Amino acid sequence: MIFDEEINQIIRGLKPSGIRKFFDIAATRKNVVSLGVGEPDFITPWHIREAAIYAIEKGRTFYTGNKGLSALRQGICAYYKRRFNVQYDPEENCIVTVGGSEAIDIVMRTILKPGDEVILPTPAYVAYRAIIEMAEGKVVEVEMKEEEKFRLTPEALKKVITNKTKAVILNFPGNPTGGVMSREDYARIVPILKEHGIFAVTDEIYAELTYEGKHCSIAEFSEIKDQTIVINGFSKAYSMTGYRVGYILAHKDLIEMMLKIHQYTIMCATTSSQFAAIEAINNGDHDIAVMAESFRQRRNYIVKELNRIGLKTHMPAGAFYVFPSIKVTGLSSEKFCEQLLDQQNLALVPGNAFGDAGEGYVRISYAYSLDEIKTAISRLERFLKENMK
Amino acid sequence: MMKELLTLLENNARYEVKDLAALLNEDEELIKDTIREYERNSVIAGYHTIINWDKADTEITKAIIFVNCVPEREAGYDKIAAKIARYPEVDSLYLISGKAEFMLQVNGSNMREVSNFVAHKLAPTEGVNGTETMFILKEYKINGRELLNDKEDGERLLVTP
Repeated sequence: MIFDEEINQIIRGLKPSGIRKFFDIAATRKNVVSLGVGEPDFITPWHIREAAIYAIEKGRTFYTGNKGLSALRQGICAYYKRRFNVQYDPEENCIVTVGGSEAIDIVMRTILKPGDEVILPTPAYVAYRAIIEMAEGKVVEVEMKEEEKFRLTPEALKKVITNKTKAVILNFPGNPTGGVMSREDYARIVPILKEHGIFAVTDEIYAELTYEGKHCSIAEFSEIKDQTIVINGFSKAYSMTGYRVGYILAHKDLIEMMLKIHQYTIMCATTSSQFAAIEAINNGDHDIAVMAESFRQRRNYIVKELNRIGLKTHMPAGAFYVFPSIKVTGLSSEKFCEQLLDQQNLALVPGNAFGDAGEGYVRISYAYSLDEIKTAISRLERFLKENMK
Repeated sequence: MMKELLTLLENNARYEVKDLAALLNEDEELIKDTIREYERNSVIAGYHTIINWDKADTEITKAIIFVNCVPEREAGYDKIAAKIARYPEVDSLYLISGKAEFMLQVNGSNMREVSNFVAHKLAPTEGVNGTETMFILKEYKINGRELLNDKEDGERLLVTP
């Protein structure tokens, strides 16, 4: 590399995502069946697409205010009140971002000083670690165990808190495990967060894909609401991944600081996407219900089938992933996925791409048609038979 | 479970019982019994295949017909509806609000057949005092399925975070 010395050491030191590497291999092959995608399989509901088209037709193509369209922020706050019973003010507590990803970035850059520690319960979505490191924070992983249904326990949390701990990332329902924290689960960790004054950064992007009961936002706990930062977006709930619209809900002092980064780096989220998002948040509750029910059914199906063919899989309570153990095969996660792709042309994502705690597991997305899932299962079954003689 | 099962079947009558059971996390026997019960009490009134006759290169003529009629004492519109519904040419029949009393969809192999049905059977039916026939020129969507050729073709990446 010719600019070896010139490049920021932090960026150079970032590990390329294990998913990226896998995508590159899969992309070179033909007839690959993949259960490796982290986005819903529904095309965005037509009324939402139509709202984006209409905005463009009407020439609504200028910058919006930095925080995002006022009508959108009003819709978002009304939605949080309606669905999760959490009150935020659209003028003071909300920024519309370019997807949940930008939201994670500006949250971390706002709260972290060099060397601050962020507790990251793993297996975790791949971007958290990189974003924390780019903000010069230090990642402290805490393992969530399958026996605990991939939830964060107070015991595990307490063990990793130091005087440098600044925040904890909460992503429930979570990618890649589908783990969900109930109100009771949160009630056990809230006093700890309160006592130590730790920010609860709660990424609720999969909130609407909760299958046992209703999603609980940790922002409901008024005693830590000021130190809670909610990240959410339109990608998963409304199948709007390509629109790139997310948002942050937080205390006004935090919003004011985050807005500085957002206004200088982004200016505002894409205008036509914001108009689509207004339609989604105001008139999309029915779409959410239909899609969530379809995911719930496919979850039931795939868990039953995976257990039948010999991969121990717990029934996740949310998101659209299952995270089966492949330990019976004696293979590492990466070897398992490489050989599976090689022998059966089936692409899954190795669990260790989501942190060391994911070793011995694979992530399987069920955001696919039943036929695709069936084909994948039969390839997986054949693979297991041939490799476990 | 009931509504979910019916919704699944409404969308695809060809689901196998074992798939339905897995999707709904229920016992296969229970699903089988439930479906049988629904069939017996006509909650499930039948199974239908959605056919794009245009593509099958088979000529078929469909018409929407508004029918004006006078209700009968005691029976209201039901008796006359039953009479009209019995004709095999009538694909569907609705009592509607608005200018007409009934809306029908009538199928025939060509325009003459449909016209004959209206002229010789439907219009002379006792109680019917007017019809308005609109031939269907092209079908774009039937039973929730789009028949258009320009399919939406968004493509997802193979592997994403």
